[in-house]
Amino acid sequence: MSFNPKHILGIKDLSADEINFILDTADSFKEINTRDIKKVPTLRGKTIVNLFFEASTRTRTSFEIAGKRLSADTVNISASSSSVVKGETLEDTAQNIEAMHPDIIVMRHSASGSCDYLAERLNCSVINAGDGTHEHPSQALLDAFTIRQHKGAIEGLTVTIAGDITHSRVVRSNIYCLKKLGAKVRIAGPRTMVPPGIEKLGCEVYYNLKEAVTDADCVMMLRIQRERQGATLIPSVREYARYFGLNEEKLKLAKKDAIVMHPGPINRGVELASAVADGSQNVILDQVENGVAVRMALLYLVAGGEKLQQD
Amino acid sequence: METETIEILDNDGINRALTRIAHEILEKNKGSEDLVLIGIRTGGAYLATELHKKLTQIEGQDIPLGMIDVTMYRDDLASRNNLAVGQTDISFPVSNKKIILVDDVLFTGRTIRAAMDAVMDLGRPQNMQLAILVDRGHRELPIRPDFIGRNLPTARNEQIEVDFDEKNIPQAVFLLRS
Repeated sequence: MSFNPKHILGIKDLSADEINFILDTADSFKEINTRDIKKVPTLRGKTIVNLFFEASTRTRTSFEIAGKRLSADTVNISASSSSVVKGETLEDTAQNIEAMHPDIIVMRHSASGSCDYLAERLNCSVINAGDGTHEHPSQALLDAFTIRQHKGAIEGLTVTIAGDITHSRVVRSNIYCLKKLGAKVRIAGPRTMVPPGIEKLGCEVYYNLKEAVTDADCVMMLRIQRERQGATLIPSVREYARYFGLNEEKLKLAKKDAIVMHPGPINRGVELASAVADGSQNVILDQVENGVAVRMALLYLVAGGEKLQQD
Repeated sequence: METETIEILDNDGINRALTRIAHEILEKNKGSEDLVLIGIRTGGAYLATELHKKLTQIEGQDIPLGMIDVTMYRDDLASRNNLAVGQTDISFPVSNKKIILVDDVLFTGRTIRAAMDAVMDLGRPQNMQLAILVDRGHRELPIRPDFIGRNLPTARNEQIEVDFDEKNIPQAVFLLRS
């Protein structure tokens, strides 16, 4: 099959075949990251702008490295050092950047739907690197890639995702992705952090972490977003850690070969006990490593093909 | 319009051509020291596997065999739909080795250019040689094969098809004329 997306805005719009095609493409790019000379000429002459209106280390660096390893020219713009602080609107900022003819804009923004908004107004391709509490497609894809790497296949697995479900774009993209690939998804968190109606996305809802991790193949812990609303939704961080933090004792309830994932950054001792974060079942750094390959695949698929010339 | 299909080589013909190429490779390189085989996906990879069997049989020792996917190195990525990127699987160092690139059909030479670049990105070989099952002409780059199964002058609108069975063993070479 051939898959020629103009934009990557969310997992919701992708089919299982398209997701698998992205993961297979990433599998082929992964090898480049272990070479002595970590560069191929695939996207030579393409310009990629990383437009980040929210703080990010992992995702931005990962996209930047992915672009550079494909020989694209990558430019980073972060909100704190840009004209956004001078009061420019998102659309004006984006149009000014587009006037310099980039091929791809990779954007992170605190407003849900902002990437769709830009994609409708710009000619260049847009990749969503996280928009508000909506979607974070590249994270869900690298999670699926990592699960596939460790478990062989995703179909039939039980995946538990625990933490602040309401405010997590990672959860939403992961539910779409894992459901499409045939996994059983469990959601767990305190009642204040689980939105009503989330079961309509096809997942089971738990308010008790021990029950949620029992016999799971994969446990994905989320960060309490202290910079967002996270802190006001729980009585105290200590209490949260006690009931919803993953420690060795709770992890024992999952399958023996279960893997522990986290999109980062970790709050050690809060959602993840240090013993688990450093334990043999954690695949957190595999997620980061695979992130580069998955983002290379996304950039390749978005940049290739005739559609760029039609505009 | 009806397509005319002409068989150029059958299973035995391919086998004999590969056997001869194997001997020519060993003769030219005075044995198998420092030799490595790299097949270009997909057809070239299957042929490299067959050639590898013959070389190993003749020499009585194993010669490294790798596969390369050149999609990332193509010069026409911007002008066509996305191609699936295959896996490059070369688990040995290529530096200071004599590389035998293997492909099924040599046409414009652009695939070979991409393959040379791809190998060079992995190291600095002692030299690179090119083994081809069918050379159909129409080169667009200064590239010339070292080992040829069959020289077959063709018209541009004709096609060469190499058939493989489900075990990826080459069965026949056809010329398609429409």
